[in-house]
Amino acid sequence: MRRLLALASLIAALTPSASLAAQELVVGAGAPFQTITAAVAAAKPGSTIRVRSGIYREPTIVIRIAGIRLVGEGWPVLDGEGAREIVNIRADDVQVQGFELRNTGVAHMEDRAALRVIEASRCTIADNRFRQTLFAVYLQRAHDCTIRNNDIIGAGGGESNNGNGVHLWHSTGVRVIGNSIRGQRDGIYFEFSRGAVAEGNRSEGNARYGLHFMFSDSCTYTGNAFVANGAGVAVMYSKGIRMERNEFRDAVGSAAYALLLKEITDGALIENKFLNSSTGLYLEGASRLEIRGNEFRGNGWAVRLMADALDNRFIGNQFVSNAFDVATNSRTVRSSFDGNWWDAYRGYDIDRDGRGDVPFRPVRFFALVVEKHPEALLMLRSPVTSVLDAAERVFPVLTPPLADERPLMRPPQ
Amino acid sequence: MNAATLTVPAPRAASPLGLVLRAGVRDLARNRWLLAYGIALAGIAELLFVFGGAGQQVLLSLLNATLLLVPLVALVFGTMHVYASREFIELLLSQPLPRRAIFIGLYLGLTLPLAAAFVLGVGIPLLLHGTLSAAAPSALLALAVVGVLLTAIFAAMAMAIALGSDDRLKGMSLSLGAWFLFTIGYDGAVLAVVSMFGDWPLEKPLLLLMLGNPVDLARVLVLTGIDTAALLGYTGALFRRLFGGALGPSVALTALALWTVLPVSIARRRFLRRDF
Amino acid sequence: MIMLDSIRKAFGARPVLDGVSLALEPGRISALVGPNGSGKTTLIKCILGLARPDAGRLLLDGTPADADGTYRARIGYAPQAPHFPANLAVGEVFAMLRALRPGATADEALLEEFSLRAEWETPVGTLSGGWRQKVSLAAAWLFKPDVLILDEPTAGLDPIAAGLLKHAIRSARAEGRTVLITSHILSELEELADDVAFLTDGRLRFAGSVQALLAETGTRRLEPAIAALLRGLKVANGGAR
Repeated sequence: MRRLLALASLIAALTPSASLAAQELVVGAGAPFQTITAAVAAAKPGSTIRVRSGIYREPTIVIRIAGIRLVGEGWPVLDGEGAREIVNIRADDVQVQGFELRNTGVAHMEDRAALRVIEASRCTIADNRFRQTLFAVYLQRAHDCTIRNNDIIGAGGGESNNGNGVHLWHSTGVRVIGNSIRGQRDGIYFEFSRGAVAEGNRSEGNARYGLHFMFSDSCTYTGNAFVANGAGVAVMYSKGIRMERNEFRDAVGSAAYALLLKEITDGALIENKFLNSSTGLYLEGASRLEIRGNEFRGNGWAVRLMADALDNRFIGNQFVSNAFDVATNSRTVRSSFDGNWWDAYRGYDIDRDGRGDVPFRPVRFFALVVEKHPEALLMLRSPVTSVLDAAERVFPVLTPPLADERPLMRPPQ
Repeated sequence: MNAATLTVPAPRAASPLGLVLRAGVRDLARNRWLLAYGIALAGIAELLFVFGGAGQQVLLSLLNATLLLVPLVALVFGTMHVYASREFIELLLSQPLPRRAIFIGLYLGLTLPLAAAFVLGVGIPLLLHGTLSAAAPSALLALAVVGVLLTAIFAAMAMAIALGSDDRLKGMSLSLGAWFLFTIGYDGAVLAVVSMFGDWPLEKPLLLLMLGNPVDLARVLVLTGIDTAALLGYTGALFRRLFGGALGPSVALTALALWTVLPVSIARRRFLRRDF
Repeated sequence: MIMLDSIRKAFGARPVLDGVSLALEPGRISALVGPNGSGKTTLIKCILGLARPDAGRLLLDGTPADADGTYRARIGYAPQAPHFPANLAVGEVFAMLRALRPGATADEALLEEFSLRAEWETPVGTLSGGWRQKVSLAAAWLFKPDVLILDEPTAGLDPIAAGLLKHAIRSARAEGRTVLITSHILSELEELADDVAFLTDGRLRFAGSVQALLAETGTRRLEPAIAALLRGLKVANGGAR
């Protein structure tokens, strides 16, 4: 209900000219305007430009008039002919909707984007298709924009000759909602962008990261899916991040992390899923995070805690079918685990309070060996590792005194 | 004369090897311990299915059970069996048969029932629970192949041990020692090497060390067949480099097959040379 | 005829057979006697190829025994303590033995006399020692071998079965076959044996007919004759010391 209300008020806010009996310009074969460029030149603030289906090959369309609505009808195609950017927005309150933007070509000297927003506020990029674009949507110093329900399929190049799907740079309060992004370098990239919201996006099969952001404080990520991206998801140098109900999965490779957190403080990871990845959650210099109700399933390492990760609290998470539940490179771990569910836990619950009566030590001795000597991984599932783990459990001398004092007896709902 | 041929039926044309083998298989097919082995394996597999959760997890647990149990049973049972068959072997040796044929018949007569017990014991619950075979057919096949090859290797080792010493206590101790060495001791030594020489590039030496232990080869072979993320991180890269592609598993498989040759030829040599 | 020519066999440093030469004649029953550990069983095993002599030759009718052991088709052997795969039925044991020698004619007379067919379906592992012995003896007789080698054949047999066996042994002699028997029961050997070979410490101390032995020792029975041989050895050894 709250989301519906928010959406309604958002739509109202984005159609400011509706009451002004806005001017409407039509572009297409047999229409008053043959090119979008001409229609844009004739437009006044608040004009609606309706573009009929067809293929439009025009120089970069630059919108400098505020409040223009550029609406495609029947998926008109804006073709960059492999040579240029397609739409640039340099005015506030501009809306682009219903187009297929394609074929920017690859440029090595510039970040060529199909749709670039420059120093403008409150733009709306909705329901478009992006095909074969280096960068799809590029916001620089653009504020309070909404990027919604776009379908982005990049050219599928590698890291060096590919750009990002949704790219934010020094842009605050941007909402990225319900987009589908694949085949780019990074699916979603935020840099120096505060207060962004990413919700319900699906970022899959991108060459590098599904989501990548740095120096972007107070952002919220909810209900996104990041699937099979080359290196997973990387979140760095940011404060006050909130990540809730996302799915991070199939990040596979020696340098792939379902979610890598580096220099992140005061955030929350709530009820996310970390599935089938080489490393589920990697924490380096991450501190004061609340990590609650997440599911770690089928990963090589569910959680890797580096020595400089401080005061993170793991509560009510579940760890299932991971080769290693928790690994660390240090003897001292300054994060806490309380009331999580571990499928490897073999304790009992005599007082029947739902919590195990003996602590669970999630760091296997073998995990420690592997952390120091990665080649030792070749001994994975050798009976000797179980023997060593058992010995270490009886006489803990090397593994850090890290324990979940009251592990759950049943997986949390 | 007629009655005689009725009571002792005229044989189908068969090689002495085949006859010794058939007698051995018939004997062991009714062996209680072998039956217990098959049932124990089936029980473990069934328990893993009921309580073990996801298919892949079951497969990994089965792998661990296989790596521990198959060598143990092949060694202990094989050693016991050779000692218990001592007089029967003498009977065979007093027949007009070449020792070579008797040896192969005895070896296969021990290995085939053991392998069958393994395949049936593990296979029947798997078939009943069907889902797994769809999940990881290659890993399942690898598990079966590996179980059979480990049986062949350690049964031969048991024969070599039992034929090498008439002292049953000594033979049994050697068998248990071999089991410990191959399942735990060797890997412990490898880990020790890793931690002592951790600063050196260890991938190639480690690969060579893996070739030196059939149990490790078996483990690696099955793990490469399991598409688990656990193996696709650093291990994935490592495993792929070492054993990856179509070549890797065939190298491991070939090495495992060669591993069968070694104890078999030692046992054969001892069988051909020794006095009974 | 079986000829043993200077057979030597040592287990480690311990010599068990120290140059044994012996001829076993067809149509005669030879008794191999000697104290425990004298090398009797080893000598038999050398004949059968179960043990490999360190030196010496084994000749059958003048031909050296072949390495593949085809000559064993001519020998029927009943070991001291016979065992068969415990889970095979009696019938299966005979079927297997029969199958090992396709083309050979089977002589089931002894098998019939021992009433083994009553136990045809019984697993060998559940048979008593006496019954196992009967299976073993019937198996030794099965192919009408030229040579019968019987290691303690009457052990565990009831008197009736022992009688049947003795009869069978005499029949074999009558048919001109070679029989070699070891036994601790000298009275039993006395009944049967034509020749005696006496072995101690891996050496053959006497080989010849029973009559010759009795004459040499001045006794009338085998037991005192053997005792006299043993005594003579002790005296000789004592004298040497």
